[in-house]
Amino acid sequence: MTTKAQAFMGWVDARFPMTKMWEDHMAKYYAPKNFNFWYFFGSLALLILVIQIVTGIFLTMNYKPDASLAFASVEYIMRDVNFGWLIRYMHSTGASAFFVVVYLHMYRGLMYGSFKQPRELIWLFGMLIYLALMAEAFMGYLLPWGQMSYWGAQVIVNLFAAVPWVGESLSVWIRGDYVVSDATLNRFFAFHVIAVPFILAGLVVAHIIALHEVGSNNPDGVEIKKTKGADGIPLDGIPFHPYYSVKDIVGVVVFLMFFAAVLFFAPELGGWFLEKDNFIPANPLKTPAHIVPLWYFTPFYAILRAIPPIWESQFPGVIAMGMAIVFLFFLPWLDRHPVKSMRYREPIFKVNMFIFIVSFIVLGYLGTQPSTGILSELAFRFTELYFAFFIFLWIYSAQRSAKYYITSLVVLVGTVVLLDILRGGDAEKVAMMFKTGLIPVVCFAILLVIPVMFKSSTQTKAVPERVTG
Amino acid sequence: MKTLIATLLISLAPIFALPNMAWASSGAHLEEVEINLNNKASLQRGAKLFVNYCLNCHAASYMRYSRMAKDIGLSDAQVTENMIFPADFSKDKNGKPKKAGQLMTVAMSDADGKAYFGTPVPDLSVVARSRGADWIYTYLKSFYIDESRPFGVNNTTFPAVGMPHVLWELEGLKKAVKTKHTDEHGHVTETIKFETVVAGSMNAAEYDGAVTDLVNFLEYMGEPAKLVRYTMGVYVLGFLFLLFIVSYAMKKEFWKDVH
Repeated sequence: MTTKAQAFMGWVDARFPMTKMWEDHMAKYYAPKNFNFWYFFGSLALLILVIQIVTGIFLTMNYKPDASLAFASVEYIMRDVNFGWLIRYMHSTGASAFFVVVYLHMYRGLMYGSFKQPRELIWLFGMLIYLALMAEAFMGYLLPWGQMSYWGAQVIVNLFAAVPWVGESLSVWIRGDYVVSDATLNRFFAFHVIAVPFILAGLVVAHIIALHEVGSNNPDGVEIKKTKGADGIPLDGIPFHPYYSVKDIVGVVVFLMFFAAVLFFAPELGGWFLEKDNFIPANPLKTPAHIVPLWYFTPFYAILRAIPPIWESQFPGVIAMGMAIVFLFFLPWLDRHPVKSMRYREPIFKVNMFIFIVSFIVLGYLGTQPSTGILSELAFRFTELYFAFFIFLWIYSAQRSAKYYITSLVVLVGTVVLLDILRGGDAEKVAMMFKTGLIPVVCFAILLVIPVMFKSSTQTKAVPERVTG
Repeated sequence: MKTLIATLLISLAPIFALPNMAWASSGAHLEEVEINLNNKASLQRGAKLFVNYCLNCHAASYMRYSRMAKDIGLSDAQVTENMIFPADFSKDKNGKPKKAGQLMTVAMSDADGKAYFGTPVPDLSVVARSRGADWIYTYLKSFYIDESRPFGVNNTTFPAVGMPHVLWELEGLKKAVKTKHTDEHGHVTETIKFETVVAGSMNAAEYDGAVTDLVNFLEYMGEPAKLVRYTMGVYVLGFLFLLFIVSYAMKKEFWKDVH
């Protein structure tokens, strides 16, 4: 029996590198033995990609990409297709779960410096995946053809109209019409089910090939390939299969428990995963009072709305929103500190991380709220903090002199003040500016004065030779 | 590290407490309704009210009679005999009487609706999902006499609504008595109290019960899967829990030799 199976594998291997691939990527791919909780999210993202593709295939069997039939066909899936509701909820919950997992996966990379040399390309491929995922989610959200689908798409496509000179033509070209219409629905459907998934799959392969070429980082940020045994195997490495395959199965089961809990007991998750207004069919003549994108876009939506128009053009906001994502691409070249992991980074770096995460979450919340008064002002402040994070990564990349910190503080606070002067406004607005202005100013002061006053706040810990735990 | 996770989770907590804020635009205070999708009798009474009072102008064109019959415990024959009315408008487009397998459509077109009520009459299949049960419950209880309106009634939950008080024979007709209060800070608050002018065939408690049944039915119709998904979820979570024990034991066994 065994010999027959071996003979068969020999036959295959002579023609296709089956065994070689299995060994390179599973059985003889040596991963650091100290992966923690945060290392589940890569495999979970892959799992969700598969869930989305499989449920997506079944949804397309009954969905009709036609403005007059789309909404009804989704309700047909929810009622008349056997287990159609289950497939649809798996897909809608999967979309949000994808972003939850991807945000945690990116946060892991941020904490342990996984984007740093020699893993810059893994990070870049990952960022491209994130971009493709946003395009995929945005276009998929139009398909149910509810009010939020429709008006969300209208708002986002109109952003392109803010581009100077070519904007109008550009947005018409994207929509295929002067408003979001059947033509838009058809092309978004084509992109959502064929083009973008294809790109996504290719990028995921590139992401994994790049990862397996250089090997995984770990919570200590130690390169395990530097300490190899006599057999040439990293002393701190263990074969991905079976060790991490069995460990990831546990992660998958725990994830599925959360997934099932949402899917069966709260598929709308109180309006966060499925919006109430999306159960009203799209009506081009009736703009909803609040157009709210789904939660995973709200931090960027908040940034978009926080930037005031210049010469009645929304273009600055669009640029700011774009830059919020572009900056992430440059992370490997912004954070140049040789120590990878947050475990051994200086304490002040952790403060910067904390402020960034809080800003991202607050922006996410503000993106769901009407952009008025104090809320809009707060969004501007947290936008400043969001971008400052990247500047601080640069500042903390090396030991700096007291003069450097103080000059940076003056420049940053000066920028905040300058932006406020440029924004201007009535007395009430100025009063609000003074109050909320304390948020970035105090944060900047903490981040730049503490390093001057307490040398220990900029001291890194010694990075061990071998992984711990 | 652990403290960071903890702080993250704590900072996330208020977000989950504030979900529907963005949609709470229609200000008015809503009465809470207690509905029970497992109460088949209530669903059947709600369905009876729905087909008699609503399903003449409003359609439920994503819902099939037969699906409803199966879910609320009726037979196709019972539904065709009692719930599809043999009037002209319940014939399909070929002029044949409707069968149980057909959708709950009505003869009134959007143009008709606009001519009669000033606005197309919305489809009610998923209204419970966009409005919510409490809103519908409150709405159906807040019609009052207002001679300035075309049908002589207005609504406090949906001011200047185009719909007449269809259930008036059951509830009767009420007038709204507005009283203004000025508190010590000078804030003026207006409270509206209803007073019955014409009695209906039901008393207040009976009418509340009838509206509850109707809302219960609309909630079911918004998402028929609700009848099964909770039970199924319990089984799925139970299975995953067992799988967790097995997979965790397997991981422990494999990882014994990693030091």
